[in-house]
Amino acid sequence: MTAHFVILPVILPAVMAGLMVLFARSPAFARLGSGLALAGLVALAVYNLAQASLGPSPYFLGNWPVPFGIVLVLDRLSALMLALVAGLAGVVMAYVLATGWDRRGQYFHPLFMFQLMGLNGAFLTADAFNLFVFFEVLLIASYGLLVHSGGAERMRAGLQFVAFNLLGSTVFLFALATIYAISGTLNMADLAQKLPLMPPEDAALIRLSAVLLLVVFAIKGALVPLQFWLPRSYAAAPAPVAALFAVMTKVGAYAMIRFGTLVFAPTLAVTGTLWGDILWAAGLMGIAVGALGVLAAARLAPLIGFAIIGSMGVVVLTLSQFTAPALAAALYYAVHSALAAATLFLLLDMITARRGGDDLAQAGPKMAQGGLLAGLFMVAAVAMVGLPPLSGFVGKVQVLQALSAHAPVDAPVAWSVILLGTLVTMIGFARAGSALFWRVDTAQASAKHPAQPIAFAAIFALIAAMVALSLFAAPVAEWLAITADNLIAPQAYIDVQSLPAVAP
Amino acid sequence: MEALIAIIIGALTAGGVYLMLQRRTFPVILGLSLLSYAVNIFIFISGRVALNAPPIVGMGPAPTDPLPQALVLTAIVISFGMTAVILMLALGSFLHTGDDSADGGGQ
Repeated sequence: MTAHFVILPVILPAVMAGLMVLFARSPAFARLGSGLALAGLVALAVYNLAQASLGPSPYFLGNWPVPFGIVLVLDRLSALMLALVAGLAGVVMAYVLATGWDRRGQYFHPLFMFQLMGLNGAFLTADAFNLFVFFEVLLIASYGLLVHSGGAERMRAGLQFVAFNLLGSTVFLFALATIYAISGTLNMADLAQKLPLMPPEDAALIRLSAVLLLVVFAIKGALVPLQFWLPRSYAAAPAPVAALFAVMTKVGAYAMIRFGTLVFAPTLAVTGTLWGDILWAAGLMGIAVGALGVLAAARLAPLIGFAIIGSMGVVVLTLSQFTAPALAAALYYAVHSALAAATLFLLLDMITARRGGDDLAQAGPKMAQGGLLAGLFMVAAVAMVGLPPLSGFVGKVQVLQALSAHAPVDAPVAWSVILLGTLVTMIGFARAGSALFWRVDTAQASAKHPAQPIAFAAIFALIAAMVALSLFAAPVAEWLAITADNLIAPQAYIDVQSLPAVAP
Repeated sequence: MEALIAIIIGALTAGGVYLMLQRRTFPVILGLSLLSYAVNIFIFISGRVALNAPPIVGMGPAPTDPLPQALVLTAIVISFGMTAVILMLALGSFLHTGDDSADGGGQ
């Protein structure tokens, strides 16, 4: 029975979404169902986290032998991402229920469940084509969530988001078909065994598919120069949905880590440091574009979007090394930046609701609960920028340490870009905070707004998670260090699937 | 045979990319459809071109690879669904703004 716990994070939201569509006439059922499903997902995530700490566990769908059947594998990295999704989604759902966002359009809850199903599936699967399918599941749900509650700007932004991602899916399929044509398998562990044995005339095709896949993951992770969809679509999305989307960029980072350590590992002679070199440049540019975007943004919503691009830059710059300490630092920073971005988006929603907009150039009325909001915004901005004492600072220190082990010529470049980016981002957030909270137009009547204690509690929960992440930085870093070691030496992940031996 | 299929995939991709670069949403969606046709054929032939061969082992001297056929079915279903979604979004965007330029225009 407990063996099935691996697949339950996919099954539970899928069944729940179906039931919600069936009982669509009863909004109370959907709200209760969402609450129950998320409680279940959090419990499962904790169990799976404990389980994965003991070693990877496979789940063979339909008991088909690999590599013919699809296999899910729960390892430390998957369990970490599942826990991040479950926790973040739980907080976002509490916020949505408290503020009534789900009543502003139809089918919010089933779409939310399908989004969770896609995310959890993408983090669990050990099959490259299955990864594509789960990407599509999470994308099609995100299209629905993005245009939730409608409006011209949402429709327009949604159209661009969908068109761009459809193009990404097509590239993904081209890459997968190329890999299949070369190797005859799409199981990631099988690929890890077979790709090093391919004849030299296939080298060009392997490199081609590696770069095509990197393009796809770069679109998902909003790496420069494929980041331009992010600020606009996240700004147009309902803010709580954007808070959940903070995990979506991490799906791209997850896929890069998974493929970059397992399939196109640095030890694979034909690709070598191909991915690392591209990610290094993309990371540096990402930090620069993110910081300048934060400085230049005219509204708070795109400002947060650019902050996400900058933090993804830090993540990929670090993981471009593909060494154990770098991966551990990148994972810590990725978890932290998802939490920080979600906090900022929830605050954005509160500010927009009380101020009547998030335009930084216009003075707004005095906000209800303005003092508390200003304090929370400062805490969230400190976390996002990476100032002490929150987890952003701990994460950046780890990142800088991991990067200093890099070739001495390159480390100063990375250090300067990260630290300058931090400075510019800090100025941008300080500008936004003072414009939002200090430039008050007293002529406008200050609108009354309900206090919404549960919505504030949701934001406090996210901040508490970041405080815990920095208080328990040592045990977390230790756990992540073992995770990174397992990623660099993935033999356990491969062995657990009992693949047929490959004749050299 | 291989050359013919390669030319077809190339022509579909070129047409798809050209249409994707247009300003109106309708050609963009047509371009995405052409690209998905191109990739579907590409997946289909990734198991190599075989004529009159059954996809079942033991039914003939040289069976063809059944996996790309299963993959292409999945890909077709997904791209069909996605095309429906983007058509609805394009229609919604047009009805809301009275303008169907894909780049958000705003003149």
